[in-house]
Amino acid sequence: MATSAAQRFGRRLASSVPRRRFSSSAAAAAATGGSAVQRTQNPSLNLCSAINQALHIALDTDPRSYVFGEDVSFGGVFRCTVGLADRFGKGRVFNTPLCEQGIVGFGIGLAAMGNRAVAEIQFADYIFPAFDQIVNEAAKFRYRSGNQFNCGGLTIRAPYGAVGHGGHYHSQSPEAFFCHVPGIKVVIPRSPSQAKGLLLSCIRDPNPIVFFEPKWLYRLAVEEVPEHDYTLPLSEAEVIREGTDITLVGWGAQLSVMEEACLDAENDGISCELIDLKTLLPWDKETVEASVRKTGRLLISHEAPVTGGFGAEISASIVERCFLRLQAPVARICGLDTPFPLVFEPFYLPTKNKILDAIKSTVNY
Amino acid sequence: MATWLRRTRAVAHYLRRSSGRPSSSRVVLDRQGAPLPAVPPLGSVGIGGAAGRISPAPFPVFSAKRLESTRAEKHLVSVHEAEDDDTVEDDDDDDAQVLDFPGGKVAFTSRMQFIAESAEERVPCYRVLDDYGQQIENDCSAQVNEELAVKMYTDMVTLQIMDAVFFEAQRQGRISFYLTSMGEEAINIASAAALTDDDVVMPQYREQGVLLWRGFTLQEFANQCFGNKVDYGKGRQMPIHYGSNKHNYFTVSSPIATQIPQAVGAAHSLKMDKRSACVAAYFGDGSTSEGDFHAGLNFAAVMEAPVIFICRNNGWAISTHTREQFRSDGIVVRGQAYGIRSIRVDGNDALAVYSAVREAREMAIKDQMPILVEALTYRVGHHSTSDDSTKYRPMDEIEYWKMSRNPVNRFRKWVESNTWWDDKKEVELRNNIRKQVLQAIQTAETYEKPPLSDLFRDVYDTLPSNLHEQESQLRETIKRHPKDYPLDVPV
Repeated sequence: MATSAAQRFGRRLASSVPRRRFSSSAAAAAATGGSAVQRTQNPSLNLCSAINQALHIALDTDPRSYVFGEDVSFGGVFRCTVGLADRFGKGRVFNTPLCEQGIVGFGIGLAAMGNRAVAEIQFADYIFPAFDQIVNEAAKFRYRSGNQFNCGGLTIRAPYGAVGHGGHYHSQSPEAFFCHVPGIKVVIPRSPSQAKGLLLSCIRDPNPIVFFEPKWLYRLAVEEVPEHDYTLPLSEAEVIREGTDITLVGWGAQLSVMEEACLDAENDGISCELIDLKTLLPWDKETVEASVRKTGRLLISHEAPVTGGFGAEISASIVERCFLRLQAPVARICGLDTPFPLVFEPFYLPTKNKILDAIKSTVNY
Repeated sequence: MATWLRRTRAVAHYLRRSSGRPSSSRVVLDRQGAPLPAVPPLGSVGIGGAAGRISPAPFPVFSAKRLESTRAEKHLVSVHEAEDDDTVEDDDDDDAQVLDFPGGKVAFTSRMQFIAESAEERVPCYRVLDDYGQQIENDCSAQVNEELAVKMYTDMVTLQIMDAVFFEAQRQGRISFYLTSMGEEAINIASAAALTDDDVVMPQYREQGVLLWRGFTLQEFANQCFGNKVDYGKGRQMPIHYGSNKHNYFTVSSPIATQIPQAVGAAHSLKMDKRSACVAAYFGDGSTSEGDFHAGLNFAAVMEAPVIFICRNNGWAISTHTREQFRSDGIVVRGQAYGIRSIRVDGNDALAVYSAVREAREMAIKDQMPILVEALTYRVGHHSTSDDSTKYRPMDEIEYWKMSRNPVNRFRKWVESNTWWDDKKEVELRNNIRKQVLQAIQTAETYEKPPLSDLFRDVYDTLPSNLHEQESQLRETIKRHPKDYPLDVPV
C-alpha cells in the first residue's frame, strides 16, 4: 500500500524530541549488525575492540575521565580495557576491590566532582549489590539537590545476555529493573560501530547511564568501525530494516535473531520492519508509534523473562497510542519466566523460529 | 597432650611477657599469679606532641611511614591463660621461619593462636577537657584562639537553639519533620572548625552544625524545611535534607551510609586534581553495619584516598542500642582491619574533636591516606520528630546526658575560664538567636512553594519527551480538578 513519506519516516514533533534516524539495512548476515557500508575502508573490529577504542578516545579527550572496576587493569576479563592502564596510568585506570556497591558508590563520588567515571561491572548478573547506589543515589542525585549537584559523568558498563553456556549468573538481561528508574538512562548497542558511538555518547552525556554490552557479540560481531571520534544520539530508535506488514522492536544481540526471522518471513511474503530501540530509557516512542501506524502490527522480542520485561512497557505504550490502528494483539517473544538455565538454554531463549511463528500468527490474526 | 598444651601455654605466656602485653579477654596472670599490666592492643599510634599520646605502650610510637604488613605479626594476641614451668627453646626455631605469600611475609608459628574477639581493654578515648571544662593537657589552647573559640561556642549555641525551635515548629504542625543534633554540638561544630571551606563534606543527616559553621544561614535552613520556592532543593525532599554546593556540603539523602563510598570517589578526584583538600564523610554508629561502610573504608585504604571518616557513635540507631548493632569495640577498632589509621575521641569535648580532626586532616592531605575518627557521644534528642525515645530508654538516662554531660556547657566553661565569655553575652546571644530563628521561620512560611514545573525538571539535564507529555496531561487534570491540589504550589 502507498505510504506517504511522512508516515514512513515519521512526523517531526516538538523540538524537544530529536529527529528519527533511518539507515538502510544491508541484507547482510545477522552478526554484522547491519550498518551501511562506508566509502572509505575502515578497519574491521569486533565488539570488544570497538568498546576498547571508545574508551581510549574517551580517556584521551578528557583528562578528568576514569575507567575502573574489577580486573580492568590488565585488560579486563573480556579484554575491553586492554592498553588503557599502560597509556593513561594507574591513577585513571585501575582495579577496584571486589565490591559492586563500592564500585558504583565510588563512581558516583568521582562523577559528582565533575569527572567522567566509567565503572565496569564484570557481569550484569552482579550489578544488584549496586542497585541501591544506582536507584537511590545516582538516579536522584541531581533532582534531590535542586540541580546543585549531579553525577552525570557516571557511566556503568556491564556485559549482559546469553552466551551459550553462561547459566544463571553469566547470562542475565536485567535491563527492565533499570528502565523503571527515573533519572538514569539505559542504553544497549547492537553492533561494534553502534557500540563505539553510543558508548562515547553515554560517557559524555550529562546523566548517569547504564550501558549493557551484549557479551555474545564481543567476538562474534565484526564490522567496519570508523576510527575517528564519533557519537550516536541517545533516545533515538533506528529503523534498521524497512517493512510494511509488521513492526519488530528489539535491542542488543536479539536483533540479529530477529533479523534472521525477518529474512525468513520475507520468503513467505511478509514484509517486516525492524527497529533497534538502542536507548531503553528514555525510549523513542515516536519512532515505534510511527512504524506501527504504518504496519498495524507489533512484535517485541527480548531475552529477559517475559513477565515484567521491558516489552510490556513498549506494548502498553503502543496500545495506548495506536489502539484503533492495531490489527492484532502485540506479540512478545521473550525468555521464559525461569532463572536462566544452562542445559535448557536453547529452550529458554526466544529463537528465530519462535519469532517467525509469532510473525505469521500476528499477520494472520 | 598435656605436655604439648603446657608448652604451648608457656610459650604464649613467654611471648606476652616479652612483649609486655596480654590482650585476651580474660585477665592474664604471671608466674606468681599477679595480673600482668594491661596495655592497648593491636598497636598504638602516638601523635607527635603531648596532646595525642595514648597511655604508655611498649610499641613503637607512630612514625611517618605507613605500617607495613610484615609488622602485623607483632600484634598477634595470645588467648591462652598463663601457665608456668616449661621451657620454650623448642619453638624458637619455628618462630624464626618466615613464609612468603601474596600478601607479604608472615612468620611461621607452631603455636595455635586465635586472636581474641576483643581486647582486654577498650581503645582509650582522647580528651582534652575534663567534665568541668578544665584542660587536662596544656597544649591545645594555642591552637584555639579567642576568635575561633567564641565562634565555635556561639555556633554551638545557635545550633542548639535552632534545633529546639525547629523541633517545636514541627510539633506545631508548621513543618512536616525535623531531626535535632542535641548532644552532638561539639562533634558538629568542632569538626567543622577543623576543616577548611575547600574540604568536601558528605553528611549522613545529623550534621546541620557543620553546614551552619560554613555559613548556611538560619533563613536557608528554614527555607529547606518549608520546601519553599527559595529552597535550594526546590521542595523535593523532606526537611533537614540540606545541600549547598557553595558550601561544599553534598545534599543529604535518607539512605544510610551511601555517602561513604561516594566520599572515596570524591577524595580520589581531589587527589588527582592535586588539591590541598580532603573529604569529610560523616555517619553514625548504625551506618557502620551497612555494606557501604565496609565498601567505603576498604576502597579508601586501597585507593589511598584523602578522606576523613567521622563516626558519630551516639549509642543509638533509632531504638537500637549499639550492643544490638555490633560486638566490636565500637568503630575505632575496625579501622585497622582495613588498614586505616584510627582514633577514638571524646565527642563531647570540643577541643579534643577539633584537635583530632585537625590532625586527621593534615595526615589525610599530606600523606594522602584515609583516617577514621570515632567520636563517642550520646544522642540526647529523639531520633527525629517521628520518634519518642522514652519508649526504649529511661528518662533519667536522657536527662543525665542532657545536663551533666552537655558538650555546650562543658565548652562554655573553658571559654569562660579564658575570660572570653560571660553570662551577659550568653543571655544576649540566646535571645538574639532565638529571635532570628523565629523570624526565619516566619519568613520561610510566607514564601510560595516552588512552581509545578519543578516537579519535572532536573530528573535529567533536559526534559525528555515522556515528562513533557506527563506535564501536559497533569496540567489538564489540574484544570479539571483544582480542588485536588494544594493552593500554595503555583501551577
